[in-house]
Amino acid sequence: MRYLPLTDADRSAMLDVIGADSIDALFADVPREHYLTEPLEGLPMHASEMAVERHMRRLSKMNLAAADAPFFLGAGAYRHHIPASVDHLIQRGEFLTSYTPYQPEIAQGTLQMLFEFQTQVARLFGCAVANASMYDGSTACWEAIAMAGRVTKRSKVLLSNGLHPHYVSTAKTMARFNGDTVAYAEPTLTAETDFAELAGAVDGETGCVVVQYPDVLGRIGDMSALADACHVAGALLVAVVTEPVALGALKSPGEMGADIVVGEGQAIGVGLQFGGPYLGLFAVRDPKHVRQMPGRLCGETVDAEGKRGFVLTLSTREQHIRREKATSNICTNSGLCALAFSIHLTLLGEKGMRALAAENHRLACLAADRLAKVPGVEVLNDSFFNEFTLLVPGDARQLVRDLADKGVLAGVSLGRLYPDGDRRENGIVVAVTETVTEEDIEALAAALEGALT
Amino acid sequence: MSAPNVSGWKPGTPEAPSGPAGIETVTGNRGLMLEEPLIFEIGGSETTGVDFASPLPAGDGSARLAGLERSEPIGLPGLSEPETVRHYTRLSRQNYAIDCGIFPLGSCTMKHNPRLNEKVARMPGFADLHPLQPESTVQGALGAIDELARWLLALTGMHSVAMSPKAGAHGELCGILCIRAALEARGDARSVILVPESAHGTNPATAAFAGYAVENIPAAPDGRVDLAALKARLGAGGLENCNVAAVMITNPNTCGLFERQMKAISDTVHAAGALVYCDGANFNAIVGRVRPGDFGVDAMHINLHKTFSTPHGGGGPGSGPVVLSEALAPFAPLPFVRKTDGGFELIEEEDGVAAAPRSFGRMTAFHGQMGMFTRALAYILSHGADGLRQVSGDAVLGANYLLRSLEDVLDAPFGGTGPCMHEALFSDDGFAEGIATLDVAKALIDEGFHPMTMYFPLVVHGAMLIEPTECESKASLDQFILALRSIGERAKAGDSSLHQAPQLAPRRRLDETLAARKPVLAYEG
Amino acid sequence: MPRYFSEEHEWIDVDGDTATIGITDYAQGQLGDIVFVEVPAAGTVLAKGKEAAVVESVKAASDVYSPVSGTVTEGNQALADDPALVNSSPESAGWFFKVTIANAGELDGLMDEAAYKDFVASL
Repeated sequence: MRYLPLTDADRSAMLDVIGADSIDALFADVPREHYLTEPLEGLPMHASEMAVERHMRRLSKMNLAAADAPFFLGAGAYRHHIPASVDHLIQRGEFLTSYTPYQPEIAQGTLQMLFEFQTQVARLFGCAVANASMYDGSTACWEAIAMAGRVTKRSKVLLSNGLHPHYVSTAKTMARFNGDTVAYAEPTLTAETDFAELAGAVDGETGCVVVQYPDVLGRIGDMSALADACHVAGALLVAVVTEPVALGALKSPGEMGADIVVGEGQAIGVGLQFGGPYLGLFAVRDPKHVRQMPGRLCGETVDAEGKRGFVLTLSTREQHIRREKATSNICTNSGLCALAFSIHLTLLGEKGMRALAAENHRLACLAADRLAKVPGVEVLNDSFFNEFTLLVPGDARQLVRDLADKGVLAGVSLGRLYPDGDRRENGIVVAVTETVTEEDIEALAAALEGALT
Repeated sequence: MSAPNVSGWKPGTPEAPSGPAGIETVTGNRGLMLEEPLIFEIGGSETTGVDFASPLPAGDGSARLAGLERSEPIGLPGLSEPETVRHYTRLSRQNYAIDCGIFPLGSCTMKHNPRLNEKVARMPGFADLHPLQPESTVQGALGAIDELARWLLALTGMHSVAMSPKAGAHGELCGILCIRAALEARGDARSVILVPESAHGTNPATAAFAGYAVENIPAAPDGRVDLAALKARLGAGGLENCNVAAVMITNPNTCGLFERQMKAISDTVHAAGALVYCDGANFNAIVGRVRPGDFGVDAMHINLHKTFSTPHGGGGPGSGPVVLSEALAPFAPLPFVRKTDGGFELIEEEDGVAAAPRSFGRMTAFHGQMGMFTRALAYILSHGADGLRQVSGDAVLGANYLLRSLEDVLDAPFGGTGPCMHEALFSDDGFAEGIATLDVAKALIDEGFHPMTMYFPLVVHGAMLIEPTECESKASLDQFILALRSIGERAKAGDSSLHQAPQLAPRRRLDETLAARKPVLAYEG
Repeated sequence: MPRYFSEEHEWIDVDGDTATIGITDYAQGQLGDIVFVEVPAAGTVLAKGKEAAVVESVKAASDVYSPVSGTVTEGNQALADDPALVNSSPESAGWFFKVTIANAGELDGLMDEAAYKDFVASL
């Protein structure tokens, strides 16, 4: 078998050295009634590369890929153009097949990359320190809530109605098990965020308030006053960014006073991949909070010859040392995705990131204006970056399915996101990135017109 | 104070170099070993490696940004494409990797990462799909998830599988939360989880995160769980008053030994009304030969990035599906894939009320690490049932070969209790005064190898845990043995030049004390 | 001023009804370079044998227990800037915290210097 280098002659020679008769003899500790002496029945035997590729290709062709349709889905995962170099660089064996950099002398590639990544994320978010990544935005969000609980020693959590419902659901699940009380209401279909109401609701028992920026309906809110209200009450403000490209056009949450900024980095370098692996971003505005952060941290130091180098540091927060007192149970990060993010962001640079954001917003404005002209269709938002909510007559979820059958991927219906709510009828969240063309916008408009008349 | 530094691991400020480092160069480069500055030192705010269509006049677009347009620069350096490629290529060359040589980390299963996996994961019909597309447009993707799930169930002999956990530790949390939900559902919420001292740190961290108090299960002298002590703890105060929710076992355990009494352990735990969580990190030792379901396990996470070859990528991403017993299946998280006559469905919150009323809820956005599912499925289909059985065979063969080839030089605390499984454990017993496991590990670097896992498990002082995997040729194993025997002899003889190691790597030993006392976690220039 | 030792490697200097507490030279040697110390705030009420402080090296973290019950009067603020004091001067300048002793009887169970030396030798 092509992945197994040992020959039968090797195996014999090794068994001689060991002093055993057979490989089966090495499994003597397994009770005989539970030891399988033959390959499991009913499963296929080994296959050639060609056969496996054929099988997987057949499965892949049963799916409608984003490139093959006018494509407008967002709601927490965004399709952007990834420069060709990124995918080549992350497949270099020394990145792809390397490990967590526990032996720093032979892992400076990974460590320097992580230091650069941490700095890029911190700057993007307007924060002092970012970690070396978490699994994804939703787990980064609940880790931020857990951290706020440790820092404030309070257990009351307020979630904005604009937080992605999957993130809400995840936070509620975790709260059920750690005793936090979570206050949340689904969004009403207004153009305003609920930041003002949240500011009024913060009190001396609030541990943290969690907002999303831009929010799941695409609305953009100013969190400065809310940050002040939190700080006066001794609470922390957690800001969630699911579309980091937005920060190429918008003020950072850190600038507005958010204490912990988390997000989903998938939009930059990582790709859609049907939901994962994605890239959790986690940063703190104030360095005094660093020791309460979860996840790995990479820091600068020097080696025995005085050369600059990098190491994982502040490890005593983590599970492999602190065990049951760790700040999190997390072990694996999203290293390869962090690399892809960092390479893409390096290729973009300041100028490219601003231009990318401007182009996204321009196309989104174009699309909003064009779609608002479709009879019966309204745009909910006064403010948006590259994603907005359309209000349509009839069942929007069925509409999205019907359009998909016609080869148009129109967006994410609110009925899909809020199955318990009474939002089924109206809304579709539409994302417009630089990968969308004016022809695509026209195709969506035409498809909507056709479906709604 | 509590047990000061059980493992004995004390990195600090390294010793000063004892002699000149070879020839001096003007650039600091040394042949093919190239120094590389930070992007912040070489990049510019006006440089970009991406082209856009010429900028259009700014319309009234900014009116829709709620007055929150960015006024300050972000502070991101840009590089042209050639500079970017060179930067990351140079960085990559400072990394050891599986592609370079044996990566003998115990408990990590650093096996070859097949490139077919990469090809398959990148097929546009997998890579370019949005997780929230209508079901009718992603039947092949849902089918792939289902196919992988069936393999995992067959290989483990379990009832159901939760595919959404993002990594092993996340899977542990999933399993423990299923257990907690199950106990709460029968009105018997309990407060304690038992964990062996040899367990991976994620086990107690997970238990604590899920709201449990953690207590140790002692090991018997043969390195395995002390069943009598376990029975006594479960029965303390009467079985009917047992406050233990679960026991977390790794099998084979972190000392590389098969828990012979696994069935008895499960029976004992179940008799006390508690449940068995199995840490599946070491599944590579038994895949295709042993099914944890046959031993009464209730939940086990599988690390796709260990047993099933998905790449480690410098620290992640992973994927940690959790196989569940029939008792725990109803509590599995949302969402999940379900096969129907018409095709495949993704059961999310809405349908979950009907389809999975006792699910403990959602634990992550979307539904799992699809990019790892396609890779793992390609690997499993390539090996097939016969190949997977050979995987565990060769993995265990290689570890025993290392054990017997080294045990006259390095102390193997459990070498006398019988064969090891897929990893061999050594201690620093016999090293001369002043020589530590750390020194042996760093000396291996000069010999061209990544060191083995060190200072884990905690139950052995100066532990060295070596897992070769089935992907090492005999020649590769022999070269590793040669180097480690030599270094072992030097350690026993008290060769203080070991403190200078590594001398030939891109960096000498790094000052970890400084990094912790004065953390610099972002570029400040 | 009498000095006592606990089996948990804490030392305690007693001066009337106040005491100064730290960790022993043996303990700091076991830990390696100390990188961070968390001392209790003034006013904290401590119980004998319960966690009072945390001491971290690069790869280990240990709870420091109070050998006596009492109320903290002062934590050693110098350790925030210079945790290395615990390594260089564990049994004087590297002290952790001072307490007002609640129950002098608790001192009876502690070892003197000779007994602690024997105890360490037996480990």
